[in-house]
Amino acid sequence: MSREPRSLPAEHYLKAGWDLKSWLLTTDHKRIGLLYLVSITLMFAIGSLYAGIVRFNLLVPDGSQMSAEAYNKAFTGHGVVMVFFFLIPSIPATLGNFLIPLMIGAKDLAFPRINLLSWYIYLVGAALTMWALLTGGLETGWTFYTPYSTVFAESNVELAAIGIFVAGFSSILTGLNFIVTIHKMRAPGLSWFRLPLFVWAHYATSIIQVLGTPVIAITILLVALERIFHFGFFDPNRGGDPILFQHLFWFYSHPAVYIMILPSMGVISEIVTCFSRKRIFGYSFIAMSSLAIAAIGFLVWAHHLFVSGMAVYAAMVFSALSFLVAVPSAIKTFNWTATLYRGSVKWDTPMIYVFCFIGLFLIGGLTGLFLASLGVDVHLTDTYFVVAHFHYIMVGGAIMGYLGGLHFWWPKITGRQYVEAWGKVSSLLVFVGFNLTFFPQFVLGYLGMPRRYHAYPEEFQILNVLSTAGATILGFGYLFPFSYLTHSVFRGEPAGDNPWGAKGLEWTTQSPPTTHNFDEVPVVTEEPYDYASPPKEAARV
Amino acid sequence: MSPAFPLAPERASSVAGEVDALFLFILGVTGLVALGIWIALFYFAIRYRRRSDDERPAEIHGSLALELAWTVIPFLLMIAMFAWGAKLFFHLHRPPDDAMSVSVVGKRWMWKLQHPTGQREINELHVPVGRAVKLVLTSEDAIHSFFVPAFRIKKDAVPGRYNIAWFRATKTGSFHLFCAEYCGTQHSRMIGRVVVMEPEEYQVWLAGGRAPESPVLAGEKLFSELNCITCHRPDDAGRGPVLDGIFGRPVRLAGGERVLADAAYVRESILSPAARVTAGYQPVMPTYQGQVNEEQLIALIAYIESLQVQSAGAPAGRASPSPAKGARSR
Repeated sequence: MSREPRSLPAEHYLKAGWDLKSWLLTTDHKRIGLLYLVSITLMFAIGSLYAGIVRFNLLVPDGSQMSAEAYNKAFTGHGVVMVFFFLIPSIPATLGNFLIPLMIGAKDLAFPRINLLSWYIYLVGAALTMWALLTGGLETGWTFYTPYSTVFAESNVELAAIGIFVAGFSSILTGLNFIVTIHKMRAPGLSWFRLPLFVWAHYATSIIQVLGTPVIAITILLVALERIFHFGFFDPNRGGDPILFQHLFWFYSHPAVYIMILPSMGVISEIVTCFSRKRIFGYSFIAMSSLAIAAIGFLVWAHHLFVSGMAVYAAMVFSALSFLVAVPSAIKTFNWTATLYRGSVKWDTPMIYVFCFIGLFLIGGLTGLFLASLGVDVHLTDTYFVVAHFHYIMVGGAIMGYLGGLHFWWPKITGRQYVEAWGKVSSLLVFVGFNLTFFPQFVLGYLGMPRRYHAYPEEFQILNVLSTAGATILGFGYLFPFSYLTHSVFRGEPAGDNPWGAKGLEWTTQSPPTTHNFDEVPVVTEEPYDYASPPKEAARV
Repeated sequence: MSPAFPLAPERASSVAGEVDALFLFILGVTGLVALGIWIALFYFAIRYRRRSDDERPAEIHGSLALELAWTVIPFLLMIAMFAWGAKLFFHLHRPPDDAMSVSVVGKRWMWKLQHPTGQREINELHVPVGRAVKLVLTSEDAIHSFFVPAFRIKKDAVPGRYNIAWFRATKTGSFHLFCAEYCGTQHSRMIGRVVVMEPEEYQVWLAGGRAPESPVLAGEKLFSELNCITCHRPDDAGRGPVLDGIFGRPVRLAGGERVLADAAYVRESILSPAARVTAGYQPVMPTYQGQVNEEQLIALIAYIESLQVQSAGAPAGRASPSPAKGARSR
């Protein structure tokens, strides 16, 4: 494979066809990954616009910027779009789709056509939900709490619910595809404990997707049925139980947080070892902690219900389990940090996103302990403290990991390199903007400002203005990567096959890879992250 | 009054200081952990930065001792946070026996409150300082949540259920009351205040306005107006069970199982009488769904609870939510 580093390979998956049909009917996991990338980027833009509306309204305490109805629809739109149509598919459907076969030395996923089907299902779900949001809107909050959503809400609840129901199948199919692929299609020599941690993380994520998603699908369908046919599942006036909904909803939606964060943790594990040029510290502990998070994550859901009137001893059990789920996350964080010790640390954009991730995920995770602690949760739950906490996890954690991963594998995906200086500037902007947006919200929550308030007492204004200023910076921070990454697709320097000198099978093939990934089936003979020896393909200097 | 840029909410209840102490404990521990990791991260990242492109650092696979240390130490710290938090929660869960009971009904978008003496208020709650106040919460429509940041208490008002919360105000003044569970358009206007007064002022406040009717009296009136009295008679000649003394005691059902006759059960028996019928009786009672509102239900429950004072039985079980406990002693 000797070729001029200043040009892309003669043949690769992007050249397999330029017409629309070659994209819309493709079964190539790499192309489907890109289809997802475009779709979720669009959804991210829509979700961000909603966030902008929310932050604009909160500049003033009296809610005079817009009507309460408009505000309620904006925060609901933000939550629904970001959770169900951006965060949940984000890393698995794009990077996971693109990389898992490459990382395990396979030609494609186990079920290429089901992979394409899952993208179409996602599109249908997204279209139905967007239709609901744009024609009349939705004002239930993304949590759809009953009996508000089933009896009192006067918006497009049924349509949105059906959209989310449909999108759930996309998630289930992707998870199923990954599980079978990881079990059955690993290259010779690639035993379980030689798998990249990115693959382990996706394996754990897929288990949650397959086991958890059916529960939210059924629950959200029950909401639609109660609205349409007036069944009494959740409405107490028809013999239903509104709290039952919360149990069912969080049985999925809490593990769903791990669907968002586990893949991001996988990305961090790959980058931190590459840019420290050192084997990852405690490989098996990181791998097993992913599985532990997936397992314990299913047993903590009722910590969302501590003030709902649940039995006091049940609350104690869920509190204890919620503390327990923090342990594996702590193990990962310690191991990533220890990986840097006596390493050779390079401060490139992907690594800067790792620093952002560790710093912010740490705050997100540790503030979770305040909420797991029963006596403190009573005061903090349903306030901005919770809003700040989960944004540190989902934005500070999941999105930082996503951006880091996108920059890390961008040369592999496109064959071209972005301008490093732009990457550094924008990561700094994202970091500053993020903290300015969400740190004040911890204080707001502790002071007692409830969530989902269209208007608020005047003493909360200063902190809200700070938060909106931060959101503005954050918005610009996101526009940068969008622009320079897009630019690099057309004008970027050819990157070479392995610009970072990284280990892992995906770096042993050309960039961009051919449609069938590898010219011959790779045979794995070394341990993962064997950075003590130079990579087989010399990096382009 | 309060500084322009406060970092902690006012402390105005007996538990506020305890909640803040635990908050600061967790803040201290997690702050130290976070600081330690940030310092290590940046120290390593700078100290071991790549100086030449040929660097190949020596391998380190891991360390079992370190793994155990950073698994066990956080775990022990978390046990402390858990135990302290659970103890506090348990304390918040059990109102003192002498608490004065206020019924709270959430309705989109207002709080309707009633004192044991019958005074009604909307979006305002006047209470005496130093006295334990028990809140019995329910809702007429969606789920709401009664949140007073200065007291560090919050409890959902759930339709069809009676939830209990309590506080003992330690400071006179006016404090925010928020609805903390999203309930629709005017959710952020479902706010009010808790006014904490000196006990004498509170008595003056209570005496103001027209003479109110206590929930027990109102319930007694309803009991005859709705003709409950024709079947539920004090002797056992009626078509329905005798209600004297049943409140807070187990009742045997037609199916053989037992159920505690608490507020929730009485409520269910009024709204869906056929759901759980007492053993030995026919399911002949009509539903009163739609004929009584939440406040009338609370009055009826208060009246039925008061009936047991006349019987020589033991006092009601403490676990039973009673909308009008304070009224019983009158």
